[in-house]
Amino acid sequence: MAPVDKSKVPWWVSNLIVPLVNLTLALLVSGLFIFIAGENPFEAVRLIIYGSFGYIEGFAYTLYYTTNFVFTGLAFAVAFHCRLFNIGGEGQAYIGGLGVFLVAINFSFLPVPIVWLLSIAGAVVFGAAWAFIPAYLQATRGSHVVITTIMFNFIAASLMVFLLVDVIRDTAQMGPHTVALPKEQWFPSFKDFAALFGIKIRYSPLNISFLLAIAASVFVWFLVWKTRWGYEMRAVGHNTQAAIYAGISPYKNIIIAMCISGGLAGLLGVNEILGVHHKIVAGFPAGYGFTGIAVALMGRNHPIGIFPAAFLFGILYQGGSEVTFDMPNITRYMFVAVQGVIILFSGALENLFRPQIESFFVNRLNIKASA
Amino acid sequence: MVSPILELTNINKSFGHVHANKNINLTINKGTIHGIIGENGAGKSTLMSIVFGLYQANSGTIKVNGKEINLRSPKDSIINGIGMVHQHFMLVENFTVLENIILGFEGELVFGKNLEKAKKDLKDLCDTYKLNIDLNSTISDLSVGFRQRVEILKSLYRGAEILILDEPTGVLTPQEVDELFKILRSLKEEGKTIVLITHKLIEIMDLTSEVSVMRQGEMVGHTKTENTNKEQLAEMMVGRSVLLRLDKSEVKAGEVLFSVKNLTVKDDLDVTRVKNVDLEIRSGEILGLAGVTGNGQTELLEALSGIRKVESGEIYLEGKKVSDSQKFLDPRELKDKGLAHVPEDRQRMGLVTDFKAYENLIFGYHDQQPFSKSSVLNHRDIISHSKKIMEEYDVRPQSPNLITSNFSGGNQQKIILSRELNENPKVLLVGQPTRGVDIGAIEFIHQRLIDMRDRGAAILLVSVELDEVLSLSDRIVVMFDGMIVGEKENKNVTDRELGLLMAGVV
Repeated sequence: MAPVDKSKVPWWVSNLIVPLVNLTLALLVSGLFIFIAGENPFEAVRLIIYGSFGYIEGFAYTLYYTTNFVFTGLAFAVAFHCRLFNIGGEGQAYIGGLGVFLVAINFSFLPVPIVWLLSIAGAVVFGAAWAFIPAYLQATRGSHVVITTIMFNFIAASLMVFLLVDVIRDTAQMGPHTVALPKEQWFPSFKDFAALFGIKIRYSPLNISFLLAIAASVFVWFLVWKTRWGYEMRAVGHNTQAAIYAGISPYKNIIIAMCISGGLAGLLGVNEILGVHHKIVAGFPAGYGFTGIAVALMGRNHPIGIFPAAFLFGILYQGGSEVTFDMPNITRYMFVAVQGVIILFSGALENLFRPQIESFFVNRLNIKASA
Repeated sequence: MVSPILELTNINKSFGHVHANKNINLTINKGTIHGIIGENGAGKSTLMSIVFGLYQANSGTIKVNGKEINLRSPKDSIINGIGMVHQHFMLVENFTVLENIILGFEGELVFGKNLEKAKKDLKDLCDTYKLNIDLNSTISDLSVGFRQRVEILKSLYRGAEILILDEPTGVLTPQEVDELFKILRSLKEEGKTIVLITHKLIEIMDLTSEVSVMRQGEMVGHTKTENTNKEQLAEMMVGRSVLLRLDKSEVKAGEVLFSVKNLTVKDDLDVTRVKNVDLEIRSGEILGLAGVTGNGQTELLEALSGIRKVESGEIYLEGKKVSDSQKFLDPRELKDKGLAHVPEDRQRMGLVTDFKAYENLIFGYHDQQPFSKSSVLNHRDIISHSKKIMEEYDVRPQSPNLITSNFSGGNQQKIILSRELNENPKVLLVGQPTRGVDIGAIEFIHQRLIDMRDRGAAILLVSVELDEVLSLSDRIVVMFDGMIVGEKENKNVTDRELGLLMAGVV
């Protein structure tokens, strides 16, 4: 098959059609899993849609998951523009949460909005610091960030367990979690907002961190495409030799990109600590850091793509739990498998059908143009 | 008796709205060396890619030995006896020559007597065409010239009767070019047919018996080489007459702007590549640095532009020391002091090919006013600046939003040149300014360099094209094995003298 001239492929083919085809295939394969497990795939789809959109609390859950995926997806994307595979979102988020908690609890004498801002800053600083060490090792020693960030996930997990058991545990109880933050510091939840308008709903974890996710998306877009720093990061990522020629330091940019990436991952801690748990509980990042990689790949490392990709994974998380509730043969792990299939098709097999699809459209458009 | 081996009739090929080949008719006779010449982007490579089965034509027919054939992939071409040596070699670097050649056939060949037979056949081919290749050497140990021979051998082994060579001399040293030409002539004597794609007129005159000229996707002429001359071909190629020798004013050299004292530089493998070099460049002069590729020019340029560390010695800009072994200014600091650098390898160093044109047009200057205000890129000013200099330097197409890799080599070079010259540097370091660039653009680039000189810049021109050094430079130094082995005023020097210096003979 003749190679397709990339410049002739319309943007909507590579950025919309191809991901949609991959997603459809992933869903077909997932449907097959569900069928083999002895349930009706169409019924499962109905349940997913009902679970994630069908009632207001369900939809709020979807958006809550979306919030987390946006943070970790953006985190991966920023590092990726400098061609760094930051697999360490999980650990950076964990440590970011520590930052949120320590700031909130130690500055509780300040007015609440200031505590919030400081806590957000704490999340960013702690997350960035956790990314800094692998970044420094990559920049100076060439130790590959894929390896070091994975190791740092384990270190973060062990460190947090140590802290939660021996150092910052709420001594009034036995579980590995801290004391709760004072109630006035809790982020207003969706439920509170609904109550303002006289709508009574049951609990959902959605809170104003969702707005922070939107702000973070705008920030990333601005940073990567509109500022000198983003320009330099992309230059280092695409062609390090050329960057050196132009006086752009790869060393500096590797560190900056990783620290911004870690800071964004740290924001997950804001959602979880200020918005949901109001204390640190062991293992709160719960795999969002890893799923963020798939979100970023699927969203083609652009905030405009990451947001819908995060939303899709939100639907799967929320709708998936609805399915496991109603279908006895489908376990929670089945939906981990479904996620895996989506990651497989939108990540690893991303280019499986791309040439065919692109040349199909290019040929069609050529025929139209010459007709 | 001449009989056509390859006939193309009414070949058309479009990419989107670009009509790359328009109604091409071409007849190539058996046992000839047929040159196809044209500027970059004239459609030569597209046409040959169609013949080699990489692209499918939109319409037209291809006949080999009078029989119409349908080429869907390179495999079909190989079956029909068509082989191609690409500009960028398709070899596995850590395989041996033998392994590379049998790659794809290895199922039957790796063990047993088939392999022995393959070895013997290859040895015979090597002997017949004097290729002089050791089948057991690893590709990464071979020079570029030898790698190219491996490609030729690969095609021959697969039964090529027609051998297409795409810009084969672009990466070769003069000696390697001579060797290649010898091989091509012996191939011709053995009855093979060779199609030579090039934009170098000298090669056409030297080697070919027939020549076809392409311009903007069309075939504009066929002729026997003996019935034409360089000037005529050049005119056909660009559609107007070209100045092959530059008119330039008498040199008015002023004060020394840039000097190098006793400079020694090591490469990444810690091998000393530049040895105790002294240079002085004055305002208003072009100093040409001639030499065969790989004699330390690359490392010298990198050290002078702040990319590579200085081992010992000093570099002075306008009389002030900018670099020695203790401290050195980085490329950006040197830029701020008025030194611009057009690197030798535009795709590896001069450009980020995945960037849009406008992003490359500010590359290295992106943090300066008005492109960047308190670290935010000023998109509107960048675009208007890009449009302005793309027009001034005749970069085609004039679309700042196009991805850089979609521009032709010549236009990519113009992007770099416009970026570096636009700042009116006091000192300009230029490496291989016209490598892989077509004649029209070469003339333009040379004229710009002369203009810079006349405005009082000090220019160091590093080039492996002797013609280029001779036509541009006021003074010429020759580098061999990391050392400056000779210095000549351009007025009284011949290419022979320089050639001997470049070869390290004197």
